[in-house]
Amino acid sequence: MIHVRNLVKTFGSFTAVNDVSFDVAEGEIFAFLGPNGAGKTTTIKMLTTLLTPTSGSIELDGLDPQKKQNEARKRFGIVFQDPSLDGDLSAAENMEIHGILYHVPRKLRRQRSEELLKLFELWERRGEQVKKFSGGMKRRLEIARGFLHTPKILFLDEPTLGLDPQSRNQLWTHVKKVNETERVTVFLTTHYMDEADRVAHRIAVIDHGKLVAQGTPQAIKEQTGMASLEEAFLALTGSTIRDESAGSADQMRQFAQMWRGGKR
Amino acid sequence: MSAIYILWLREMKRYLRSRVQVVASLGQPMLYLLVLGFGLGPVFQRAGNGSYLQFVAPGVIGMTVLFSSIFSGLGLLFDRQFGFLKETLVAPVPRLQIMAGRTLGGATVAVMQGLLVSVVCLIAGFRPVHLATVPLALVFMILIAVVFSALGVAIGSSLQDMQGFQLIMNFMVMPIFFLSGALFPLSGLPKVLAVATSIDPLSYGIDGMRSVLLGVTHFGAFTDTVVLAAVGAVLLVVGAHRFSKIQI
Repeated sequence: MIHVRNLVKTFGSFTAVNDVSFDVAEGEIFAFLGPNGAGKTTTIKMLTTLLTPTSGSIELDGLDPQKKQNEARKRFGIVFQDPSLDGDLSAAENMEIHGILYHVPRKLRRQRSEELLKLFELWERRGEQVKKFSGGMKRRLEIARGFLHTPKILFLDEPTLGLDPQSRNQLWTHVKKVNETERVTVFLTTHYMDEADRVAHRIAVIDHGKLVAQGTPQAIKEQTGMASLEEAFLALTGSTIRDESAGSADQMRQFAQMWRGGKR
Repeated sequence: MSAIYILWLREMKRYLRSRVQVVASLGQPMLYLLVLGFGLGPVFQRAGNGSYLQFVAPGVIGMTVLFSSIFSGLGLLFDRQFGFLKETLVAPVPRLQIMAGRTLGGATVAVMQGLLVSVVCLIAGFRPVHLATVPLALVFMILIAVVFSALGVAIGSSLQDMQGFQLIMNFMVMPIFFLSGALFPLSGLPKVLAVATSIDPLSYGIDGMRSVLLGVTHFGAFTDTVVLAAVGAVLLVVGAHRFSKIQI
């Protein structure tokens, strides 16, 4: 379903993603793990047409997302790391806009919207402005919205960030359910190793832009000789803490870029 | 087309839901209209130019449309901050349509604000001279709204965050307003000021409104229309281009 070959993305002298190759089969739940700043989000952005790769090739359901942007976009849904809802609109209106942008016919749109809002337990509050929702409810709405146009692939970029264990559990239960009933391929990133262990069929670990391991959770544990995925992850990526904050030189650069516009 | 419509509708809903902002945004035009209108009135009268309230009302309407349309374009920055922009950018819709929906929505909101201020002007005592040409004022409002919504989108697409907002306000929006002849007549100005006012697109918008509402004009209503339409077309192309280049 997803084929990635020798994918590279550089920002100036910094290589965010360095020669990454992997495949995700149809109907699979694939977890993409790595420390902060390892290149997870950059990879997702390239897969979802938001960034142009420096080199390498991507295929989504047989399409090159760079050449056939709109065709590829119809085939995936995405839940971003940070929220992307319109807080001034209601839950139902957010779904409606999404449905129209994805060309879902009106009848189907209404019907699926109702099904999904019910499934994610938001139907009762569909008429309320989203800014009044709790973090968990917003997350659920984003995921429900991602499913609205029956995508073949769903990208989830740290969907459980900042959620309590109840919401996290519920969320993964829903994702698994839709994965099973609609055969949706799921590509996710998370920092919670236990979640990846429980949910994912296969895992890839990325560090400093390079893939360091790939396989089933079991295989990765065996490969490193560790009992839990968390230990295996630490064995693969080391235990130093990654510095993600920008130095003053970086901030100056960002300020300059603001005026050159567009590109980051 | 439905994408353009739904994004236009979104702007409408957001506008109608923010009643506090609608009222708040009337504050500034009211100040200009009432304080300057009545405060400078006697001086203006003595200089032999007639009623200042009559003169400044089209300027205040133009100012309202200018601010409202630029801000709605810069609303892109809020959408970037709050994330909704990404939702529209990954949708299987050409960017041109997304930009068009936003710009039209912003322009419509600006025209609605302009009409609201027009009513305030009428209440304050403004009286159009030629009733027959009053509807044409709406045409100029629309032209102003399109020009500056497109400009707002072009700027909003080029900035990464809100830091540049003050800069745009002080070095672009305020000069556009002050150099437009909204507050003073364009004839008999010092050379430098005359040149500066003649390259400000808003000058033509406000001049156009004065010509249809008051029957006085500096450039001529035809020139006004042509200049606004041309600048609008160029800015729409620039805005669409900048918007298509957004990477997140």
